[in-house]
Amino acid sequence: MKPVSVMRKRIISLVAPLFAVMTALLLSTLLIAATGRNPLMIYHKMLSMTFGSDYGTGQIVFRTTSLLLTGLAVAIPFRVKLFNIGGEGQVLAGVFAAAFTGILLPPQTHPLIAISICSISAMLAGSMLALLAGWLKVRLGINEVISTIMLNFIAQAFVGYMLTWHLSVPSTVHTPEIVQSAQIPMADAVIGIWRNSPANMSTVLALAACLGTWIVIFKSTAGYEMRAAGLQPEAARYGGINTDAHILKAMAAGGAMAGLVSTNLVLGYKHFYEAGLGSGIGFIGIAVALLAYAHPLWIIPSALLFGFLEYGGLTVNAYVPKDIFMMVQAVTILMVLVLTKKPKRP
Amino acid sequence: MNAIGLSGVSKQFGRFWANRDISLNIGSGSIHAIVGENGAGKSTLIRMIYGLLTPTDGSISVNGHVVRFTSPRQAIAAGIGMVHQHFMLIPDLTVTENIILGDERSALFATLDRKQAARKIKTISENHGLEIDPAIPVSELSVGEEQRVEILKLLYREANILILDEPTAVLTPSETGQLFATLKSLRNNGKTVILVTHKLDEVLSVSDMVSVMRKGRIAATEQTSSVTKGDLANLMVGRNVLLRTENPPEKTGKLVLKVSDLQYRDARGRQKLNGLSFEISSGEIYGIAGVEGNGQSELLAMLWGMIEPGSATSGSITVDNITLSSKTPAEIAAAGVSLIPEDRLKHAVIGEFAVGENMIFGRHREKKFRRFGGFDTNSIRSYTNTMIERYDIRYDKQSNPSLSSLSGGNQQKIVLAREIERPGLKLLILAQPTRGVDIGAIEMIHKKIIATRDKGIAILLVSSELDEIISLSTRIGCIYKGAIRQEFSPEDVRKGRSSEQDFEKEIGMFIT
Repeated sequence: MKPVSVMRKRIISLVAPLFAVMTALLLSTLLIAATGRNPLMIYHKMLSMTFGSDYGTGQIVFRTTSLLLTGLAVAIPFRVKLFNIGGEGQVLAGVFAAAFTGILLPPQTHPLIAISICSISAMLAGSMLALLAGWLKVRLGINEVISTIMLNFIAQAFVGYMLTWHLSVPSTVHTPEIVQSAQIPMADAVIGIWRNSPANMSTVLALAACLGTWIVIFKSTAGYEMRAAGLQPEAARYGGINTDAHILKAMAAGGAMAGLVSTNLVLGYKHFYEAGLGSGIGFIGIAVALLAYAHPLWIIPSALLFGFLEYGGLTVNAYVPKDIFMMVQAVTILMVLVLTKKPKRP
Repeated sequence: MNAIGLSGVSKQFGRFWANRDISLNIGSGSIHAIVGENGAGKSTLIRMIYGLLTPTDGSISVNGHVVRFTSPRQAIAAGIGMVHQHFMLIPDLTVTENIILGDERSALFATLDRKQAARKIKTISENHGLEIDPAIPVSELSVGEEQRVEILKLLYREANILILDEPTAVLTPSETGQLFATLKSLRNNGKTVILVTHKLDEVLSVSDMVSVMRKGRIAATEQTSSVTKGDLANLMVGRNVLLRTENPPEKTGKLVLKVSDLQYRDARGRQKLNGLSFEISSGEIYGIAGVEGNGQSELLAMLWGMIEPGSATSGSITVDNITLSSKTPAEIAAAGVSLIPEDRLKHAVIGEFAVGENMIFGRHREKKFRRFGGFDTNSIRSYTNTMIERYDIRYDKQSNPSLSSLSGGNQQKIVLAREIERPGLKLLILAQPTRGVDIGAIEMIHKKIIATRDKGIAILLVSSELDEIISLSTRIGCIYKGAIRQEFSPEDVRKGRSSEQDFEKEIGMFIT
């Protein structure tokens, strides 16, 4: 490869996401116009009700937090060339595990210990599910896309059964509340902003997870081996690297990140598990990771964009269908894929 | 009458000439073999004839008409057919369906006349000894039968020029015999066969004409009846007159590597190593000379603990009395062994990694490169800079480029530096250490190998370049069909070096 093409590649990788977002924006403008509304009016409303308002910003932060973690859940296995489609199931396993342990803890447990126990059990639950797919891949060569999708169904069915038959508060679709000490404080209570919004302090944890992942992948020896195993598995084996072990580690770490979503949804916001909680977040995580090229720090702006589109769509739902913004999300991803793909015939 | 005529054909990839100025006539109704080492340019040549590549320069003619194919479709229309190394068959379809696929000759939505097609296939197969049941699915066929289907596919389309790329690589000896009978029968019926191979026995037994390729050029085209195996081997391996490495007398020490009675049967049940044994002492270079495919890769795989799953192996390998068999690459490396693998980009480096990251690849477990859970970047940087200096590695340091943007020679120097400088090194294994490396770098690499030997390290050199083996080795073992067939003592080799041509011929007799 000549230096010129290296430069070109670097430029493309910076410009492509921006260009994709622009294209998607243009498309949404056309779609809004087609519904008979003035796009500028809609955008104005959307901005003033999201970043323009304290409550709206809190909503975006809340959504972004979950997406940071599900983005990582896809990005980490991606480093060893595995496509983790199981974010949905892993989130669910984590959310359920956190709610379940949160109910069982004695009320006088110290908050730090209570929160740690709940998050660790959530991470373990997410990990186990992802690890199962990783093990099937390493041991039997079963495609992880298929196994993670199947595990999503299994997780959904299991959690659904446990909720309706054993754990729900009578005549509701949610579990009892977790103990007070396991609850993560709201942002409002600690820093006094984003009043009444679901934003909570688990955002700090999610950001730390991004930073930590970046350090592990790009600075640690384990990350070095993992990247080598993903880029050139055969060379890695020649270099004495156990590639199978890295596949398992990456899947386990990805699942743990998905499980951590529970800190935001259960410990920080709802304080119980209810049917449908966390649904869809795992899938948007795939888009977040793709837009960020699976880079743990680029995931932050990427998740923010998707968090904004998610909530922004809701704010103007009275004027234009929020489905338009779902299309915008999908078009953005397709554009990134198109722009970064090498043409088959030059 | 020439079936295929090439005049001044060249093909360039980037700065690399895969084929250069090739002029060749292939007579109609003959079996023409093209031989050469891996990377000599055989594949590029036939891919141009078949329309998969277009020449950078020169012209190709088919049956006297100049053509310029831009896709295989045009080549097929001109009566050219190709049997690829990897078969292009659909396992779930029957033999008949596979053969007529893409050439159904029926109108859209009309029913497919399988019966008529099957009849035609039956006739062709009976005429040329290509026995096969057209009604069974391809998934139930053996490899040899699959190949017959591929040939039938071409004959069904009435191809007159058949190109076969390494057709015997996957066949058992009896299947090979059957294939050759078919090829001769086809030739007697006026078809032209182009046979690409690197097995000289096959060339001699089946072809009428033979062209030898070396480094992208045609080294010679001869009537097969007028050449011997030794002639072909010499032409194929060639002589590199530019190279004459200074090789002072060696001081051999105690025994380091002891390999005894290695057996290797691969997953398909082919015996690749058959009682291979040799020993190397410290301070000597043991060269293994041989035509590729005689067990070299399997020997290297066993030495480095990279045996393919499904294969059965036995025998013992010890370094300084420590057994290496059934150890992992990391454990073998820790025992003081370094390997420079044959396929650099696939096995020795990570192309996307930077130079420094590659400089420690496989040695990243060493304490001096580590700090806490991460790397000591200062230590790696200063180590890399020392190596860059010592091994004369040239690249633009400012832009911190990925390894893949460096030239082959500089990449190989990085691998060499890393492996030679491994702490506690006792045994250095070199597989084709100068393949794909420019002449300037070759000289430097050879000097480093000699210097490493003089430090008292045992070196195993596996190379298909005879001149490299002769100029570097202390002793030479000739590998043939998975065993050392002949070993030349240090005196033999020293004597041989003074009359290299005769020595090459002598070695040639033991490797073919």
